[in-house]
Amino acid sequence: MRLQLSEDDRAFREEMRRFFTTEVPEEIRQTVIEGRELSKEQIVEAMRVMNGAGLAVPHWPEEYGGRGWSDLQRHLWYDEMQRAGVPPPLAFNASMIGPVLTQFGTQEQKDRFLPATANLDIWWAQGFSEPDAGSDLASLRTSAVRDGDEWVVNGQKTWTTLGQHADWIFMLVRTDPEAKKQRGISMLLIDMSLPGVEVRPIELIDGGHEVNEVWFDDVRVPGDLLVGELNQGWTIAKFLLGNERVGVAPVTATKRALARLKEVAADVVADDPLARARIAELENELLALELTALRVAAHSTDGEPHPASSVLKLKGSELQQAVSELAVDLAGPGSLASGADDDSALASWQRGSTPRYLNLRKASIYGGSNEIQRQIIASRILGL
Amino acid sequence: MDFEHDDEQQALRDAVRGLVGETYADHDHRRTTTGEDPGFDERLWARMAEMGLLGLPFAEADGGAGAGPVEIGIVCQELGRVAAPEPYLAAVVTAGGLVAACGSPAQRSELIGPLAGGERLLALAHAEPGGRWTAEASSVTASESDGRWTLSGTKEPVPHGARADVLLVSAVLPTGGTGVFVVDPAAAEVTGYAVYDGSRAARVVLDDTPGTPLGEAGRDLTASIATVQDLARVMGANQALGAMRSALTATTGYLTSRKQFGVTLNTFQDLTFRAADMYVSLELTQSVVDWATMVVEQGDPATLADAAARVSLQVSRAGRHVGQETIQLHGGIAMTAEYSVGSLVAQLTVLDHLLGDGSHHLAQLAGRVDDHGMLDPLG
Repeated sequence: MRLQLSEDDRAFREEMRRFFTTEVPEEIRQTVIEGRELSKEQIVEAMRVMNGAGLAVPHWPEEYGGRGWSDLQRHLWYDEMQRAGVPPPLAFNASMIGPVLTQFGTQEQKDRFLPATANLDIWWAQGFSEPDAGSDLASLRTSAVRDGDEWVVNGQKTWTTLGQHADWIFMLVRTDPEAKKQRGISMLLIDMSLPGVEVRPIELIDGGHEVNEVWFDDVRVPGDLLVGELNQGWTIAKFLLGNERVGVAPVTATKRALARLKEVAADVVADDPLARARIAELENELLALELTALRVAAHSTDGEPHPASSVLKLKGSELQQAVSELAVDLAGPGSLASGADDDSALASWQRGSTPRYLNLRKASIYGGSNEIQRQIIASRILGL
Repeated sequence: MDFEHDDEQQALRDAVRGLVGETYADHDHRRTTTGEDPGFDERLWARMAEMGLLGLPFAEADGGAGAGPVEIGIVCQELGRVAAPEPYLAAVVTAGGLVAACGSPAQRSELIGPLAGGERLLALAHAEPGGRWTAEASSVTASESDGRWTLSGTKEPVPHGARADVLLVSAVLPTGGTGVFVVDPAAAEVTGYAVYDGSRAARVVLDDTPGTPLGEAGRDLTASIATVQDLARVMGANQALGAMRSALTATTGYLTSRKQFGVTLNTFQDLTFRAADMYVSLELTQSVVDWATMVVEQGDPATLADAAARVSLQVSRAGRHVGQETIQLHGGIAMTAEYSVGSLVAQLTVLDHLLGDGSHHLAQLAGRVDDHGMLDPLG
């Protein structure tokens, strides 16, 4: 066992630190650090800066822009990105559809979509969840029926995150209604500007607009936009969800949020021993999580994920939520001023604390709810 | 960076597991052993000495093997797995550690060689009634007259104090600060008793009892005591980790075999979810324990103190969670002394209170939250 990074990994970390803190515009990083909402343009710009330096999709196969890094290097890359307040590459592009296309796409699909996906020239949305198919994804009903050279798509997707910005959507659709649940599903790529696609915002408890319903009414999709084999959608979905783990435990971002909270709420913290105890307890839990992430990343992988990796999503989301909860408590009565403008006498961290707290309730629901994670640990690791 | 054991460390783990694990795989043997004094298996202790385990932490010049904290941690984890009552933490890590850190060359060779050989058991008499995990002595005092030192006052609880061949007693020095003295137990009034986990502790009453200063006479050893306590915290955490792992294994085994209402218990989702949460606690603890053990290797006392407090807090929280759930998920059987998991939980409870519980360490850490922005475990 050895705690120190090797000289190469240390140099790698320095290089990442320098890049993220000097090449990504300060204004964007400050927006992240202060917990304000990023604009579409900011997210796009950050990803393009990274892509220009070959840092947007390092985990892709090397022929499509990947870097062939070790798991530990990828960990350090992601860690430094969060430390510097750089918005991570759009997950739908970098972690979801990109790797799927490299694995299952036709050459034509790869050539057409991969460079644009890495550079965020195309903003992808994910069309998996449906009103009756959340964690039970295989219950989805949106149908695609072959008609000549085209697919005709009908149905409804929901929880489509940032769908209002999206150019294209990768969809799971039912292509064989007779087959057993998992067997009759395929994946389609759909241009969201096609006639019959309608995006409707869902208003959330934090007052923001982050997710949408997407309706499909006789949408005609060219036949060559099927990904992989017909009815292979479930296999592709499992591959995609396996990659989704990248980024589900934003440990460093949570650490940064807690460190900033200590700074902006220093007056309250100084006089409140219980607040100090909560901070110390959270710091310790974050330490345990960070070390677990390192343990997983540093473990030489032979294809199998480290068993402890299942802990990351579960605990990562809990701690993300707990820090946001502490922020509301430290903001105190100032937390009520969520609707006040910048002329408010209250600090922006106070005004933003409750929307953020409410927004982060999602963290234990999406990406496989924490109950699903417990199910996975119980059955696959503990054999229960 | 690497959190895995190398081949030699793995071999050590297998060897210790073979020896200690086999001895206590039979829970009845543990019960019989802890039922009579000295509360541990002297033959096993001798075999541990033969295997070189008792000399692991000490320099070769002092009669030890010069191994690092990872190796000592491995031994502690394996002892913890079977709730072995052997005084490794008390005699080797703590008392031996203090002699190694503060003893004169003559004292080191006189005490460490025989400790490593299993011939003389050392114990540190430091805790005092009313005290709460401090590095200083306050009620036991040392006096000097014509170069002869004597000690007065009461030490309690002293882990394994009644079986010890040599006591190391901390005491307030005439000039202030805390010194440590080598004391012949025969010269003191020592009363031993059983601790609830089956191990032993004692009350040591000193009344103008002669003692020999450990190291330079009159020197304040508070900082050294604190560092040895921190080392013991980290190794105690390793021991607790071993106990937690066994507790979870026993629990999952029970859930898949025990039937109620005609089905095995793992049919009930609530129970499996609670076991999953135990696993989460355990894996997080493993990470912090590995980290703190590696911090010991770096050797800086302030960094070690911080890591020791953090690992203690983690182990306190997780040990209680895992221990309490182990009993609840087993049901009534876990309440009986006939069944093994109770001794694991008892050991976790001892370790929690031996060197500072979660509240104690949290209070220390809470006092320091302004010292840093983000914590960086890699330093």
